[in-house]
Amino acid sequence: MKSWLTTTDHKRIGLLYFWTAFGFFLMGGTEALVIRAQLVRPEGIGVSAETFNQLFTMHGTTMVFLALMPLSAAFFNFIIPLQIGARDVAFPRLNAFSYWVFLLGGLLLNASFIAGPLFGADRLSVAPDAGWFAYANLTSRQFSAGPNVDFWLLGLQILGIASLAAGFNFIVTILNMRAPGMRMLRLPPFTWMTLVTQFLVITAFPVITVALVLLMFDRFFGTHFFVPAGGGDPILWQHLFWMFGHPEVYILILPAMGIISEVLPTFSRKPLFGYTVVVYSGVVIAFLGWSVWAHHMFSTGLGPIADSVFAGTTMLIAIPTGVKIFNWIGTLWGGQLRFTTALLFAVGFIAMFIIGGLSGVTHAAAPADLQQTDTYYVVAHIHYVLFGGTILGLFAGIYYWWPKMTGRMLSETLGRWHFWLTVIGMNLAFFPMHLAGLFGMPRRIYTYSADLGVTRFNQLSTAGAFIIGIATLILFWNLLSTRRRPITAPHNPWGGATLEWAIPSPPPVYNFTVIPTVASRLPLWQTERHAPMEPLPERPPAPIHVPGGSWWPLITAFGLPVMAIGALSRLLPIVLVGAAVVIVGIYRWAYEPFEM
Amino acid sequence: MAHSHSGAHALRTSMGLDSRKMAFWAFIGSECLLFGSLISTYLVYKGRSLVGPYPHEILNIPFTSFSTFDLLMSSLAMVLALAAVQRGDMKQGKLWLLVTALLGLVFLGGQFWEFSHFVREGLGLTTNLFGSTFYVLTGTHGAHVTVGVIWLLTLWVQALRGKLGPGQAITVEITGLYWHFVDVVWIVIFTVVYLIQ
Amino acid sequence: MSGQAHATTGTYLRVAAILVMVTLIEVGVFYVPAFHTVLVPVLLVLSAFKFTLVVMFYMHLKFDSRFFALLFGGPLLLALAVMVSLLFIFYGALRLRTGV
Repeated sequence: MKSWLTTTDHKRIGLLYFWTAFGFFLMGGTEALVIRAQLVRPEGIGVSAETFNQLFTMHGTTMVFLALMPLSAAFFNFIIPLQIGARDVAFPRLNAFSYWVFLLGGLLLNASFIAGPLFGADRLSVAPDAGWFAYANLTSRQFSAGPNVDFWLLGLQILGIASLAAGFNFIVTILNMRAPGMRMLRLPPFTWMTLVTQFLVITAFPVITVALVLLMFDRFFGTHFFVPAGGGDPILWQHLFWMFGHPEVYILILPAMGIISEVLPTFSRKPLFGYTVVVYSGVVIAFLGWSVWAHHMFSTGLGPIADSVFAGTTMLIAIPTGVKIFNWIGTLWGGQLRFTTALLFAVGFIAMFIIGGLSGVTHAAAPADLQQTDTYYVVAHIHYVLFGGTILGLFAGIYYWWPKMTGRMLSETLGRWHFWLTVIGMNLAFFPMHLAGLFGMPRRIYTYSADLGVTRFNQLSTAGAFIIGIATLILFWNLLSTRRRPITAPHNPWGGATLEWAIPSPPPVYNFTVIPTVASRLPLWQTERHAPMEPLPERPPAPIHVPGGSWWPLITAFGLPVMAIGALSRLLPIVLVGAAVVIVGIYRWAYEPFEM
Repeated sequence: MAHSHSGAHALRTSMGLDSRKMAFWAFIGSECLLFGSLISTYLVYKGRSLVGPYPHEILNIPFTSFSTFDLLMSSLAMVLALAAVQRGDMKQGKLWLLVTALLGLVFLGGQFWEFSHFVREGLGLTTNLFGSTFYVLTGTHGAHVTVGVIWLLTLWVQALRGKLGPGQAITVEITGLYWHFVDVVWIVIFTVVYLIQ
Repeated sequence: MSGQAHATTGTYLRVAAILVMVTLIEVGVFYVPAFHTVLVPVLLVLSAFKFTLVVMFYMHLKFDSRFFALLFGGPLLLALAVMVSLLFIFYGALRLRTGV
């Protein structure tokens, strides 16, 4: 147990991220099911409006920050050092720190569900409730008097620290710790997409940090950054939030695109079609991702010039995305396809992401968006791209890399059930939402009138959601049941081409007995110009130094939620205690002898 | 591939650059977005305060010019400290590290004086948009300076204990990067907030 | 050790002197009413010059790997673009609303 608390091994940290994120994924899914149960019929009064607000806020916040990002991080952690031929990341203790901060931030955020009585309120009344993007000035003290929004902003600040630290870590790791011969254009596509994603993280998160600070000052100290009565403009919040928020959705999708770009070649027994183009498209998407933020604000009266500019940039970003889709199809075309569950999910990703992308293109037309915005049409779009895209991609990654991470194979039979139920469930759940939205059903409403004519759509959506729930439980069961099986997975169960498949499953603590020298993009495959890499020796030729663990990442991380709790309870001494823990932790960390 | 000289152990790196230095430049890039957002907020709200005091009534250019000189000189001191440590002259190294920290403290003292003066003149954090954006922007900068001073003093104490030498030059260099960045942000703030009213 | 060429103490002192002089000029431009029409562009150029000097010489970017310049320059340009866009949007919207 102690070794898990002090671990600095990227593989263990990856597993920690995986299980924690999966747990939060189940929580977010449960929140969704309650939402869908509520909305299955008009004038439903299962939960109160106040509770409903907390449900959709926490569903969105949990899924984005506590499930999807950390599930991607699980793969960044476990797989990236293996793919680049390294023994660990550049800063192992910082890596552990990121995980602990994520865990503690997620716990703080969810503690709000039961913290009501501490604030003199009922249970289930102080969770964040202003929507996952918390528009001002609903979030002002005047309109959100309770601690709900405080939980949200403090929780997100903490999570932001975790993401930023990981961002710096992975940028340096990918650039500076590659094996000899691993030139940038020989990097596996997943590693490339991760690198691009981390640049988005380190540029976008500071912006939301500032937005949250301004909101905090408004709520805690009485400033008027977003309060009209004091001259503030609530639109500034939207600008700052979406300047972060739009890059954030690319942060959510690019890693999954990277996973697909690994899975498709392996199960087509063909290299990725147009590797260079796929890589450059990813870079272009990241750049353009910074230029489109106000397409979330078409209904706020930006004016015709701004509307046109952002509509234009938004349409532009469909191009590199479309390019990738053609390249993925080109990879499958003419390949020797093996329809493992991983490939099924990868193909599912392509299909579902196309649908989500198409609704996105319709959003790009500002006049059309005026009808779509803030309706269930947008909910359909985001779920097609985030569930049909990111989550299906992450599922593909799970089936692909589970043998490497745990040494056990997942059941393909259960995998098929999981896949088909998921695809059926998600289309049943989210497709009708396009129509419900166009028929006028707004977002974030806790009930609706039968006269609106969207009842049938809601019924279908709820059925679909529960099917997704069952499908996810099948996955959960599949994952858990492998823990009881013996470790029998071979080095390379799928015949993959990249370095992670050259070592045992699971890898030894030092990853590679000998750091390989890489001569091609597909080291393990026979290609036109290269023979496959020689197998690595069974044992390391000399003892390999493995850094030990450290308590300081965990201890330092603890200071952050303590500070947040102090802020929540408006008790400065507690904030100072938390700060002291952080400072002492940093000093002890800095002076601790730690050899790479 | 190239070796990076990272003090105690020379680890092979694929770009031949020190990982800590690379991470720090990435961090500084990230901080550009942080201060950029704060400065943008200041600029967007410029001239939109509903009540006074207004910038031209209260900003003291001579005083702030002195603060600016002080910070610029502290950057000079920092760079001299690094050069001394790199050539092994720890006596000079200690001296210039201390001077940098002291100049930083002078700057902070000046900020304290300026803030309390402004408050006495009626400009509080919540008085108007100018107050809010001004204090949050310069306060964030001041917090960064404070961290820098603590960092410098920590190095100075390490040097006093004989634990800082040319082998740890990279640490001093990274400290310098931080310190100069904080100075550079002040250059922007001085221009945008004080001189361009 | 960092980089091939290296600035000398003399260079550092010269840079410091230039920084001081430029600051004096900036303050001077501020105080002389005749310069007020060109105040903003002149101050922006002068402060950009100081910024560049500190980054190139004190932060050693002139002599270091070009990659560090990319790591810093990219986000810096992004921050500038963000600032400019926000100003355009806010002041543009203001003009639209007030019909000016």
